Amino acid sequence: MDKLKPDRGLLKIDENECKGCGLCVEACPPKVIRIGDSLNHCGYRAAIYIGAGCTGCGICFMACPEPGAITVFRLVDRRATAVPVPHAQVEGAVSCASN
Amino acid sequence: MSSAMDLEYTAAQSKPKAFYESFERKEELRHQTHYCPGCGHGIVHKMLARAIDELGIQDRTILISPVGCSVFAYYYFDVGNVQAAHGRAPAVGTGIQRSRPGSIVIGYQGDGDLSAIGSAEILHAANRGENITVIFVNNAIYSMTGGQMAPTTLLGQKSTTTPDGRTAEHEGHPLHMSELLATLSAPVYIERVGLGDNKQIAQAARAVKRAVENQVRGLGFSLVEVLSPCPTIWKMPPVEAQHWVRDVMEKTFPLGVFVDRTKESRPRAATNAAPALEEIPRILGTRDEDADAIDDVPALRAQEVDLHVRVSGFGGQGVLLLGEVLAEAGMDAGLEVSWLPSYGPEIRSGTSNCHVRLASSPIDSPLVTHPNVLVAMNEPSLKKFSAGVRPGGWILYNGATLPAEYERQDIRILARDFTREADTIGDPRAANMVMLGALLEIAGTLPQASIDAALRHCVKQPKWIDLDERALVLGRSLCKQFLERGAA
Repeated sequence: MDKLKPDRGLLKIDENECKGCGLCVEACPPKVIRIGDSLNHCGYRAAIYIGAGCTGCGICFMACPEPGAITVFRLVDRRATAVPVPHAQVEGAVSCASN
Repeated sequence: MSSAMDLEYTAAQSKPKAFYESFERKEELRHQTHYCPGCGHGIVHKMLARAIDELGIQDRTILISPVGCSVFAYYYFDVGNVQAAHGRAPAVGTGIQRSRPGSIVIGYQGDGDLSAIGSAEILHAANRGENITVIFVNNAIYSMTGGQMAPTTLLGQKSTTTPDGRTAEHEGHPLHMSELLATLSAPVYIERVGLGDNKQIAQAARAVKRAVENQVRGLGFSLVEVLSPCPTIWKMPPVEAQHWVRDVMEKTFPLGVFVDRTKESRPRAATNAAPALEEIPRILGTRDEDADAIDDVPALRAQEVDLHVRVSGFGGQGVLLLGEVLAEAGMDAGLEVSWLPSYGPEIRSGTSNCHVRLASSPIDSPLVTHPNVLVAMNEPSLKKFSAGVRPGGWILYNGATLPAEYERQDIRILARDFTREADTIGDPRAANMVMLGALLEIAGTLPQASIDAALRHCVKQPKWIDLDERALVLGRSLCKQFLERGAA
């Protein structure tokens, strides 16, 4: 892999829940979401992740009006998990990062 | 989660747990809301669901859905749900919060619901400082009904009822609910936020969470007004509608915190929990301990009681009391009963009447338009109700003879001057009880113990109880005489 740094985030858009409003496309700071070309089962052109560049900021999630159409993932920091830490602290760190 | 590069990813933002896993509104589309693409409701729902998750209150949250596009909120939120009548969410919320202390009551209302039909409810709930949270979604138009003007519609904004745009001269200025409520002393937190861009959305999420948190801390009334896009009715693409919130709506409805008394507010003491349902008869002092009355039920029920009684007379003759004693006695005896009195101006020296039903099977309607017993305490009552008496039924008339025009061959008529009869035992005002005595003799089903209990329940003064008991006995004997004469 010639890419030195992996993406900090990852995006999953459920094509069948998306209504193609485009608010996530507008909201995304690195502009890595676009409206797809094909129609989903409801007849909407669903948003799609272009596949790279997500920072995991989660703004698209909050801008999206559908409860579960978008899921944002974040890269787990291996330095944090290299040292064994209590489970509760890991959970705390994750929810803190999501705010 | 892992990618091809064996990197570990973890879900940071996903569907909040306060939403149902699947939405059972319709057979298909069980993961989608019913909202239009780009609708602000979905975004506000998500903020609220996230706040509920983060505060860990899902199992004690009660959400009140309004009338409007968000009427179906109960299909999405996996919390306690109540759907209130139009505009009444703050009143319903008050009741819920007071009867279930410790619950987190969230009213979710649109601008038609809150600022038009429900303007009184929100004003008084806020003025009382109820410990509830109100999420007020303002899109400046009646969307569900197709785009009529709302109190919040902007000046110049077109709607189906203001086709040339709203004018201050004809329709008044847009109603600023947050500013209006901010003039009150009780609310602890009122903020207006928008969904116009990322920054506004982030602030809105913080405000929604804070408004709920205030309630968790027991501080009192919090309201967040959310300026929200309605792409469909505004006839704009979703992104343009979003920008319209920021660029146009915000000029009329400035964002910001209007009230924040969270620092100086003290947590309120929770009200006492509502008593258990089975405790209520004891608290009200109605006889519930009378277990022997319940023993009468099977015998009475077997007799197939179905009394439709109309009692009518001048106001002051004791028409309503007569009906009430009858209904109470029936209830004591374990029958199904209803007592529907006339009220207000009707009972002020006019003709007063009540409908009473006693039945061994459930009562369909408390209205008695065709009585099987009419108790007419004066002539106008005859005029009004005698034609409706069922064939085979009875008229008890307070007069020596029945006027000829009311004679009927298909019913039995007991006409006596009951007022004079009552006078002979001490007071003409006991005429109603003499007539009730006659009625009970005709009905013949109620145990004497139930009648005594009902009389004691309805009549408080001992001197009247004594007179009324004698009046009932007299009424029974008058009726017996009449029946014997008829048989002879």
